[in-house]
Amino acid sequence: MSESQSHSATLAERPEGWNRPALIQPSGDGELLEVAMGPHHPSTHGVFRMDVALDGERVIRLRPVFGYLHRNHEKIAEGISYLASMPYTDRLDYICPITNNWAYALAVEKLTGQQVPERAEYLRVILGELTRFQNHASSIGFLIQEMGASGTPLMYAFREREKILDLFEKLTGARMMVNYMRFGGCRVDASPAWLDQTRKVVAGLPQFIDEFEQLLATNEILMARTQGVGVLKADLAVNAGVTGPMLRASGVNYDIRKVDGYGIYNRFDFRVPLGDHGDVYDRFMIRLLEMRESIKILEQALKDIPTGPIMDPKAKSRGFRPKPGEAYGRIEAPKGELGFYLISDGGPNPYRYRVRPPSLINLTVLEDMCLGHDVADVVLIFGSVDIVLGEVDR
Amino acid sequence: MKTVEEIKSAIEAALPGAAVEIVPNPSVSGQHSLRLAPESALAVAKFLRDNSDLALDYLSNVTGIDWPDKVITEKVKVTRPSIQTVDGVEKTVEETVEETRKRLEPGSLEAVYHLYSVEKKHGPVILRMRTIDRTEHVELPSLTPIWRSAEFQEREIFDLYGIVFTGHPDLRRLLMWAAFKDHPMRKDYIEPDDFEYEPTAHDEVLKRAQEHQAAIAQPEAGAGQ
Amino acid sequence: MLGEGILKGMAETAKNFFGSYVSAERLTTVEYPEDRIAPYEAARVFPFLVFDSKSPSNPDAADWEAGLRCVACQICEKECPPKCIFIEKSKDKKPDAVGKPQFYPARFDIDISVCMSCQICVEVCPFEAIKMDTVFELSTEDRFGGLLLDRKQLAKSNEYFHQIHPTEAADVDDRLSEGRAKTEAKATAGAIAAAIKGAEVPAPKPPAAKPTGAES
Repeated sequence: MSESQSHSATLAERPEGWNRPALIQPSGDGELLEVAMGPHHPSTHGVFRMDVALDGERVIRLRPVFGYLHRNHEKIAEGISYLASMPYTDRLDYICPITNNWAYALAVEKLTGQQVPERAEYLRVILGELTRFQNHASSIGFLIQEMGASGTPLMYAFREREKILDLFEKLTGARMMVNYMRFGGCRVDASPAWLDQTRKVVAGLPQFIDEFEQLLATNEILMARTQGVGVLKADLAVNAGVTGPMLRASGVNYDIRKVDGYGIYNRFDFRVPLGDHGDVYDRFMIRLLEMRESIKILEQALKDIPTGPIMDPKAKSRGFRPKPGEAYGRIEAPKGELGFYLISDGGPNPYRYRVRPPSLINLTVLEDMCLGHDVADVVLIFGSVDIVLGEVDR
Repeated sequence: MKTVEEIKSAIEAALPGAAVEIVPNPSVSGQHSLRLAPESALAVAKFLRDNSDLALDYLSNVTGIDWPDKVITEKVKVTRPSIQTVDGVEKTVEETVEETRKRLEPGSLEAVYHLYSVEKKHGPVILRMRTIDRTEHVELPSLTPIWRSAEFQEREIFDLYGIVFTGHPDLRRLLMWAAFKDHPMRKDYIEPDDFEYEPTAHDEVLKRAQEHQAAIAQPEAGAGQ
Repeated sequence: MLGEGILKGMAETAKNFFGSYVSAERLTTVEYPEDRIAPYEAARVFPFLVFDSKSPSNPDAADWEAGLRCVACQICEKECPPKCIFIEKSKDKKPDAVGKPQFYPARFDIDISVCMSCQICVEVCPFEAIKMDTVFELSTEDRFGGLLLDRKQLAKSNEYFHQIHPTEAADVDDRLSEGRAKTEAKATAGAIAAAIKGAEVPAPKPPAAKPTGAES
């Protein structure tokens, strides 16, 4: 894998507007076809619209339009207590509710200085990595389906996802909207039976990735359609605030689990895969490799999980009033950097509650990646960004 | 990673005219911020990004905050001349009286920027900028020319709070549709009246729903006559 | 060879397809509604109110109204994130699950079209009165009011609670019997103290003492 590229040294020398999309001149008689892709579209990962201006098949301009799923989560949070916002965070990135809960709990713990017991940290890591696995599996599955594979790899990915969702249901009571993290720990303790079932499921996961790789990684159609398509350069990625697998596929070594070391991640031995080219194929392979790293972390965490309490003994569920102040807490969610910025004025409700949505900010460079490519590639490039509209619109 | 004081002195050393103020953060998170003056914000941002020690090349989060107008009641000692009769003679005497005064402290809108460094792997460095007031003077300089990640986030703040970012390449509404008026995240935003069926209404919603039902019943009663 | 990757992929798919005829693990479809998977013990869908079939005030009746554990403290109403619970307190009191006289809900509505099954109401209830049900086939044709469950529809017995969540119900029963034992112990201690106090009043007077007025 390539080393991270040093780019800040040259940022100062860049010309004005270097990080704006370079406009393409249309050829021929210059008549452009404007197509609105979405919001009712099977491949837009939710209600999302892209206004593309096409010269024949080539994309000349692309404008993303969203807000169709805007539920004003941030204003609702100002009117209800801190704990009552926890179920609403489930519904932000609805494929990965555990990591949303974790980021919010982390931000509140930064605000109040609460300590999380060891067993709770291990449980958070186990559930977080299971979430990352099933998110990457479904993301790759959807990407392959958009290429025309009629859903077979998607259903294989969903078969593994079902096993993981079953585990979530046995532990927390719900498959997706888990409402699991609390400020200072976790809500429900995992029984030894549950941990054994998890170990069995995790033992079966490497075989699934092998099956997937054999099915797809050397498939000629896949390689022809994704290699060299949707290239994102490292310096533009950093400047545009892109995070997550998309940033690492461009060769930038920035994984918040390693950089911030939140929770107990510095105890685990795992690598951060990096890409060389920053195209759709790299993002696809990065997600596959990250699934393998997640399995490594899961095996280590399931082996070392200690016994003990799962909640901070001083935490109380009612009457939670953090002292005035503010805090910004962030984690490496499967889609990128998910951060929560909270301002407290001493009352039971937050004064300002802000979600830093990775999907929205990763979309900043969508136009840059799609310009000059065919309209058929737009769906692929968009699928490789891996967004969820619940997070983009909140 | 430098502390806020060191960063402030570095900025003031490089840009002598820049007004930078430290805003302490009372919580245990220890994330103190720097308040920038809108005039020099762009230059300070460029310095922070291009400086080789700080190398803050990654703008993570842009937040808008609404600080509404506050009515402050305070007791003030006022010295007033008054005419009093002393020993049968009218004289002008200065007397000190305590008065309760109410004054309106104008609110403002604020934009907060969280910066990190991908190269040096440190952060966060937090910048803040305030507008002059909430109604007329709501402009702030856009930092999109320095960090592209501010593009969508500043559009969202324009949409939901109403801060106009001058120098933004494409300032339109992001989450609400283009013809929408008003700014939903402000503290004094009033929701439109669509309270037809509210079976378990509480507090504010109950009040609005009852007003809505009354408003519907009124014209019917009027027409029935 | 060109096409080798595609052939390898098709071999994989063929293995899964033909394998589903021989191995049960590969055939994962459950044909709902003819076959149903039993819900897991921890599953939560919508809340319900628990009533004890034999309540201290009415030991022989299966009266749901008398046995409702809810005391209309309205904590769940305040903590509910989407505010889907609506409670009206009664005017009189009746004994609750541990025997203390408490208010009860005259009205307890939950709008399940708004409820998001977060089970925060269960977490904050101090009286073990509201728990999560596992029934989800609640669709109705009535748009307005069909999904508004009132007190009667929400009240289900403790036996039903034992059926759907055995471990949790056993823990709740233990806690409640502890609470009842404490109340009874306090009541008995109070009765003994009152009895001692009542017996102490005539005892200090010696039986031979007569009032001064009577003697003279």
